Amino acid sequence: MIPDLDTWLLVTIKAVFALMMVGAVMTMAGYSVLAERKVSAWMQGRVGPNRTVLPFVGYIPVLGPFLKGLGIFQPLADGLKFLFKEEIVPGHVNKVYYYLAPIIALVPALTTMTVLPFGEFTTAAGETIPLMLADLEVGILFILAVSSLGVYGIVLAGWSSNSKYPFLGGIRSSAQMISYELAMGLSLLPIFLWVSKPGSDTAALSLVEIVTSQDQATWLFIVQPVSALIFLISLFAETNRLPFDMPESETDLVGGFHTEYGSFKFGIFFVAEYAHIVVGSAIFTIIFLGGWHFLPWMADPWPANWIGTILGIFWFLAKTVGLIFFFIWIRWTLPRFRYDQVMNLGWTKLLPLALINLIFYVLLVTWLDQAAIPS
Amino acid sequence: MAKTVVIERKPLSLSERTYLPQIATGLKTTFTNMFKNNVTLQYPEEKPVIPIDYRGVPTLVMDPNGREKCVSCQLCEFVCPPKAIRITPGSVPEGDSDRDHVEKAPEEFEINMLRCIYCGFCQEVCPEEAIYLQQDYSSSGYTRDEMVNNKAKLYELGGVLPDKHFKWDKKKEAEIEGNSH
Repeated sequence: MIPDLDTWLLVTIKAVFALMMVGAVMTMAGYSVLAERKVSAWMQGRVGPNRTVLPFVGYIPVLGPFLKGLGIFQPLADGLKFLFKEEIVPGHVNKVYYYLAPIIALVPALTTMTVLPFGEFTTAAGETIPLMLADLEVGILFILAVSSLGVYGIVLAGWSSNSKYPFLGGIRSSAQMISYELAMGLSLLPIFLWVSKPGSDTAALSLVEIVTSQDQATWLFIVQPVSALIFLISLFAETNRLPFDMPESETDLVGGFHTEYGSFKFGIFFVAEYAHIVVGSAIFTIIFLGGWHFLPWMADPWPANWIGTILGIFWFLAKTVGLIFFFIWIRWTLPRFRYDQVMNLGWTKLLPLALINLIFYVLLVTWLDQAAIPS
Repeated sequence: MAKTVVIERKPLSLSERTYLPQIATGLKTTFTNMFKNNVTLQYPEEKPVIPIDYRGVPTLVMDPNGREKCVSCQLCEFVCPPKAIRITPGSVPEGDSDRDHVEKAPEEFEINMLRCIYCGFCQEVCPEEAIYLQQDYSSSGYTRDEMVNNKAKLYELGGVLPDKHFKWDKKKEAEIEGNSH
């Protein structure tokens, strides 16, 4: 069967949208690196990168030096540096897995963004279309499943490097993953109980529905603070950020899983880590911070047309950027947990807490539903 | 004998055991730090304030009459721990009226800045106060030869030391009055 023209058009449009989305997330990842360097510098009384500038921009009177001072062109220089560095492959590595690992680390970080809604568009007919690449019914399940695959990249990198520090990093990574992943999944269950309509047989796992439920209503982190906290802590662990950067822990493991990696392969790990943070922040915004809706209990102040769509997207991005800042802020505030402390926290604190939280909300939601359904 | 006092540690309260209030305090600290002034300098444009008696690049200095003070006694050459100084002793040419009574002068004086450790022994040992460590701390070059400071370079870096000894003038006066040693 030859696909007709409309199908081709649809595929082309989807491909263009996908590329735009990848471009947007990668750009944000690149600039998160810059933000990390700048914020850490400010917190430590330093200046941060302020030398890189494109030749023609440097000649613009006020704007040029301002952008230079902010280090706006630093990510470009950093990326090019990785690209032009000598590619060194140590002799003792398992070549196949060694090359595969960075790809496996990056792919899940980029795949999760396909189900991320980032805005909505109201047509003239009054129909609301969420803006996303693929509107999955089981969006959050997909995200949980795929983003956890990222850890395989790290484990594989540690294992294939065939040297002690990456090996320890890989072990820590896998031990860390099993200790927070359960709590992460459990912390999200009460959300779906809460969001699904009273009397409905099936609970929706759609991210769009979660965002819609927060329109002109309370944000979910207000009604479910414990879930939000557990999810946030798990997110830090999932993205391998301090205070849970066990696999990397550069002070005791040199560089952890990427000790034997250099040049662009290291760059891919680096970008994957930051893409993970960007996507993770977006997920937290969608689930707990009302997505693109304005403020809790308030109607969106923007009109229901394309201007409103753009403002909504910017509001969503602002929240996401705020969360990225929070990630960075935490990193430069807290020291790293000890390896066994992470296990302890995951298994004996977060998991029981998540279970209690779940049971509490099961009872609460059942009671509310029974009250809501007219008998 | 010092008395050891054992301080009883109170058990942590519930809020302390969650660590959350402490984390919030830590976050506040780092956040307020963001708005404090920078402690770093934009180095090549801004230079740090160099304290007096700083031990920078060693140089040769001239007396207020513009004559070289070094008499090539080679004490600095001997005391130099990394053997960075090399002196070729010479004599003051006869009939140079400006340099009457100057005992000796180095023909060549080289300090290898790749060997120098800025210890300041040369300055300490010099009986003529001819070698001084200056405030300049950053010397660089593209070749090893460039990093060897010869006599001309050393005097160019050192300049004139406005001291009040006037040793050679006093010697000249003494000879005129007829009581030279």
